[in-house]
Amino acid sequence: MLEFRVQVGPAAFRIGSAWREPLAQMAELYRDYPQPEFTDFSVRLEPTGLLRRWLRPSVAICGDYMLPDAAPLPLAQGLLAAEMAMNLQMALGWRRHLLLHASAVERDGRVLVMTGQSGSGKSTLSALLGSRGWRFMGDEFVLLDPVSGDAVPFPRLISLKNSAIAAMQAVKPDGHFGPLLAGTPKGDIRHLVPPGDAIARMGQGGAPALLLFPRFGYPGEVREVAPGETFMRLTQASTNYVALGEAGFTTLTRFVRSVPSRAIDYQSGEEAVALVEQLWERLA
Amino acid sequence: MGSSKILYRAEPADQRLVEPLDMMTLIYQRRSGITHMVGEPVPQMLAAMGDDAVDAAILAKRLAKTFDLGGAADAVAVLSERLEELAELGLVERITDA
Repeated sequence: MLEFRVQVGPAAFRIGSAWREPLAQMAELYRDYPQPEFTDFSVRLEPTGLLRRWLRPSVAICGDYMLPDAAPLPLAQGLLAAEMAMNLQMALGWRRHLLLHASAVERDGRVLVMTGQSGSGKSTLSALLGSRGWRFMGDEFVLLDPVSGDAVPFPRLISLKNSAIAAMQAVKPDGHFGPLLAGTPKGDIRHLVPPGDAIARMGQGGAPALLLFPRFGYPGEVREVAPGETFMRLTQASTNYVALGEAGFTTLTRFVRSVPSRAIDYQSGEEAVALVEQLWERLA
Repeated sequence: MGSSKILYRAEPADQRLVEPLDMMTLIYQRRSGITHMVGEPVPQMLAAMGDDAVDAAILAKRLAKTFDLGGAADAVAVLSERLEELAELGLVERITDA
């Protein structure tokens, strides 16, 4: 089995594959990332059946942590399979930090965290801010350190979906994009390599200073979110809150007590960036 | 049920972490690893129980010193129900009538 290793923030991955192509794509897209000697997680892309390596190749996602009913993907979406598998290892296996399903950007050592359902725009918004003077920290997971309370970066490839692909290509025409993966279970997907400073500084965390719940597609509005509601929504946004036990409780209550939070509705990237800047100026 | 003769004892205070947040209080129960989100009067009840075995009537008297509970009979009935719920959650222990 062929192999590729990559370090993303504090987590080190080994990705094995029965096929060369997905690994070649990963090696190209992750070329500026460190390659670790020791790894936390192993992921394997394997044929779903004996002949499926050659005949209408179909990729099963295997690894230290697996979902028993995960549907296989066609080989053309092997890169997506690898990315999904890496996320799965983090979601199910990571114990060193409290994991929030959220994106984050940093400025002056302080961190803006954005969380919401798929389609809320948190990923695109973090990518957009990452090209407007903020440091991109991650578009999928924010890791909270149970000791310091800091947000730790996890700057994997930015996963752009559907209309966000053209939007980011317009913003970053010279961006380092992966192949277009059309017709995936989540529609069209294209990965974007994070800016150079996001990768170079992926070991540097920062103190969380503002939490936003963005929602794309509604007229611009800002709503205050009370700490109790924030706590409930963040336990739902965390994949390992229960697994961390008391450390999860103290980490999350400290976050909720110290970080102001707002829900924002917006209809365009420009509108969202302006809202974020206003709120950051006033609250962070 | 609803009798004020049943005694209850709260789990020792060092077995839980209590974090009041605006409209609710979070109680992390060390023994089970469960986070309970509770509203009034639960945190006040647990504080008033201390380490003692109490029934709803005694608890009503203790709480009445700090809070306006309205009618005493109503308060005992309400507290009996809440104590039963807390016993179901494992935050208080039901002790057989001594």
